[in-house]
Amino acid sequence: MRSPFRGRPGPLRKLGDFLDDRTGWRGLVHEALYERVPGGARWRYVWGSTLVFAFMTQVITGLFLWASYSASAQTAWESVWYIQHEMAGGWLLRGIHHFMAQAMVILLALHLLQVVIDGAYKAPREVNFWLGLVLMMLVLGMALTGYLLPWDQKGYWATRVATNLAGLVPLVGPQLQQLVVGGPDYGHHTLTRFFALHAGFLPATLVLFLVVHLALFRKHGLHAKQPVTRPDGMFWPDQLLKDTVAMLAVMAVVLGVILVPAVRAMLAGGPVVAGELGAELGAPADPSQPYAAARPEWYFLFLFQFLKVFEGWGATGEFLGAIVVPGVIMLVMFLMPIVGRWRLGHRFNVAFTLGLLAGVAALTGLALDEDYYAVWADKQRLAEAARLYDETGGDEAKVLASVGDKAKARAVAGQFHAVEKLRRSEAFLAAVSTARADAERAAELAGRPERIPPAGALDLVRRDPLAQGPRLFAQHCGSCHAHVDPARPDAAAILAKSSAANLHGFGTAAWMRGLLDPEQVAGPAYFGNTAHREGDMVGFVQGDLQDKDTWKQADIEAVIAVMAAESGLGDAATPAQTIARGRELVAATDRCGGCHRFGDNGTDLGTACDLTGWGGREWLVGIIRDPTHERFYGTSNDRMPSFGKAAESAAPLLTAEQIGLIADWLRGAWYRPATLAGE
Amino acid sequence: MQTTKADGDRDSAGDTRRGFLAKVAALACGGLATVAPLAAGVWAFLDPLRRKGAAATFLPVTELTAVPDDGVPRQFAVVSERIDAWTGFPREPIGAVYLRREKGSQQVEALSATCPHAGCFVELEADGRCFRCPCHNSTFTRDGGIVQPSPSPRVMDALECQVSESGAVSVKWQNFYTGIADKVARE
Ligand code: FES
Repeated sequence: MRSPFRGRPGPLRKLGDFLDDRTGWRGLVHEALYERVPGGARWRYVWGSTLVFAFMTQVITGLFLWASYSASAQTAWESVWYIQHEMAGGWLLRGIHHFMAQAMVILLALHLLQVVIDGAYKAPREVNFWLGLVLMMLVLGMALTGYLLPWDQKGYWATRVATNLAGLVPLVGPQLQQLVVGGPDYGHHTLTRFFALHAGFLPATLVLFLVVHLALFRKHGLHAKQPVTRPDGMFWPDQLLKDTVAMLAVMAVVLGVILVPAVRAMLAGGPVVAGELGAELGAPADPSQPYAAARPEWYFLFLFQFLKVFEGWGATGEFLGAIVVPGVIMLVMFLMPIVGRWRLGHRFNVAFTLGLLAGVAALTGLALDEDYYAVWADKQRLAEAARLYDETGGDEAKVLASVGDKAKARAVAGQFHAVEKLRRSEAFLAAVSTARADAERAAELAGRPERIPPAGALDLVRRDPLAQGPRLFAQHCGSCHAHVDPARPDAAAILAKSSAANLHGFGTAAWMRGLLDPEQVAGPAYFGNTAHREGDMVGFVQGDLQDKDTWKQADIEAVIAVMAAESGLGDAATPAQTIARGRELVAATDRCGGCHRFGDNGTDLGTACDLTGWGGREWLVGIIRDPTHERFYGTSNDRMPSFGKAAESAAPLLTAEQIGLIADWLRGAWYRPATLAGE
Repeated sequence: MQTTKADGDRDSAGDTRRGFLAKVAALACGGLATVAPLAAGVWAFLDPLRRKGAAATFLPVTELTAVPDDGVPRQFAVVSERIDAWTGFPREPIGAVYLRREKGSQQVEALSATCPHAGCFVELEADGRCFRCPCHNSTFTRDGGIVQPSPSPRVMDALECQVSESGAVSVKWQNFYTGIADKVARE
C-alpha cells in the first residue's frame, strides 16, 4: 500500500508500521475495503450498509440515552421528561433515536425487497437470508420494547395489547405473558425487563447475528444484479461512496423530521421550544384513565388493522390474526430460498414479497383512513344522513317515516356506514387532541420549580385541577350543568341541552352580572331549566331589582363586585367604598339579606343560600358535598346529588379530594407557568 | 470505472485522481452522517456541567437548649428541601453536622461530618472525646483539630453557625473539596 506521506517516513507512518507489525491492521483494512463488486457499484446495494449505519446510530444514541434514563414506574416517564425538556440537546438525542428506529423499519423493508427481487437469497446464500430474517425480527423486537420505555400513555396501552396477544400463544401463553410483563401486573419489573430486552438481550443477540451475517456476506461476495453487463468495481471507494451518501441522506431525513417544525415555527415568527421538538412524550401512563387514542407505532398499524378482520371471532380470531397468520407469513419467508430453486418459485417469492408489502401498505392505509376519516370526509354530503342518523339512531323504519320517500330513505341509509365511520373518527381525533393536551399539561406540571414529587408525575397529574376537573365535571356534573364560555358560537346549542346553571366562570363578576340580568336569570344559563325557574330569586331579579329608585345601577355593580370579592375571584382594584357599599347592600335585611345570610346579618339559614364566602373554595366544596345542607338549597334543592355525603351503605359519590379538584377547576385555581411576557 | 483489477494500487493517473476524490467524498459523507448522533450524545452527556449545586444557605438545625454546654460534640441532622434532577423532595435529612458548646457560652461551633481526606462520614467516638474517620483512621480532637499522624490534609471543616435571639441554631450548609490542604467551598 502506498502511503500519502512521501520521503522520510513521518511519525504517523512509523506508528502505523509499529502497530502493523504487531497487529497486521493494514491487511485487515485492506481486506475489508478492497472487495470486488461484480458488475460495478450500484445504488441498489446500499440498503444493507445503511441498516448497519442506522443500527450504529441507535447504539450510540441509545448508550447516551441510557446514561440518563431510569427504568421504574415512578421514574421512567420522569427521566424521559427530564431528557426531553431539561437536558441540553436531550430533545435531539431522543429525536434521532426515535426517528432512526422508524427509518430502520423502512430500510429493512427495502433491503428485503432488494434481496428477494435480485434473487440474492438463493444458493449458496440461504443461510445468510435466514440470518437476515432473524435480524429483522430482532429489530422489530427492539422497536416493540422501546415503545414502552417512556412509560407514557401510548406506550403503556400499546404494550398492554401486545403482551395480551403474547398471552394467546398456545400452551405457554399465560406464562409467557407473565414472564414478559415481569409479574401478574404492569409495573417496575415490566420496565426493567423491557429495558433489559431493549438495551441488552436483543442488541447483543443482534450483534452476534450481524457479525455472522456480514462474515457470510463477505464469504459469498456480493450477489450482483443479473445479468452482469458492466465491468467490476471496488467496494472502496466506489460502493462505499454510494453507501455513505445514502447514510447521509437517511440521517438528513431523520434530522429534517426533527427540525422542520422548528424551521416552520421560526419562519412563522413563533417561539421555538426545544423540548417540543423531536419525539413525542405522552402523558404519564395511567391505568385508571381510558385512552381512546391508543394505537401501535405506525409500522405495526397494519397488524392492528389486520386484527379487526377477525373482530367478532373472540380469542380465536386474535389467535389467528396475531399469531397464526404472521407465523405462516414468516414460515413462507423462511422457505423462500428453497422455493426459489425453481424458476417459478423465484417468481412466487417476488410476487409474495411484493404482495405482502402491498397488503401491509393497504392495511396501513385502511387504518389511517378509519382514524382520520373526519379530516378528509365530505361532511357537507353526509350532513343530512348524519342528522337523520342522530335522530333515528340508524333505524331504517324511522328514517322512512321521516323522509317519506322510499328511494331517498334507502340512499340516506346507504350513507349510515360512512356516518358511523365519521363519528368513530371524530371520537378518535378528539381523543388524540385530549391526549396531546394531557401530555402538554403533564410536562408543564413537571416543569414547576418544585419539580415532580417522589411519588411520580402521575401523582402530580392526578392532583391537578386542570387535568382532572374537566373529567370529573363531565362524569358527575355535566349531565345537568353546562360549562361553556357564553362567547362561544355554539354556546346557545350547548346551553339548550343543559338542565342546570352554566358554571363557566362561576364566582366571577361576569357570572354574577348574568344572574342579576332579568333577561338571563330565567334563561338556560341560570335557573331556566331548573325547579327554580319561577323561584324567589328569579322573581327578585325580574321584579325588585328593576325598581331603579331602590336599586341604582351603581348599587347593582357594588353587589356584583362584592360577590366576586367573596369568591376570591374579584378585581383587586375595586375601590374600598364600592366594596363597603356592596357589603351593606348584600347584608341589609331589606335587600339581599332579606333571604340570604351574609356574614353576621342574622338572617336564618334555610330560606336561601348563605352568601358568606359565596363561590369561594370552601363554599363550593360545601355545596358539592351536600347541597341539601341548610347553608345551600336545604329542602328546596332541585336534583343535585349530595356528592360528598355517604348514603347508608355506600361510599360517597366523590371523595373530598375529587370535590376539591372540581371546585379548584371551576375557580380556575390551577398551576400556570410564569411566562416571560408576564401575561 | 475501467479497472477490473482486484488491487487498487495500480490505477492509471486519471483513475487515481477520481478515486482520491471518491475516497474523500466517502469519508466526508460517512463522517458527517456519524457526527450527528455522536454530537447529540456528547451534548446531552455534558449537561451535568451546566448544573449548579444549591447555593450555600443557612438551614435551621436545632434549638440552643438541645446543645448542652459541656464541650462535647453532638450529631444533628440537617433538614432541607432538595431537588434531584426531576424529583423535588419535601423536607428531609440531607446530611449531618456536629454541634458543640463550651461551658456557659451562647456560641455554637459547627463541624461538617464530611472527612477532609476523601469524604467519608467522620464518627464521634463513644466517649465523645474525639472524632475518628472509619475509612483511613484520621483522628480529630473534639474541636476538629488534627491528631498527627493523619491522612487528612487539614482540620475538620467548620461551618458558619448562627444562633437567633429565640435560640434557633442554623448552619450554613456547604461542601468543600476534599484531599487538599486548603478549605475550598464547592460551587
Ligand atoms: S476519608 Fe476519612 S480518613 Fe480517608
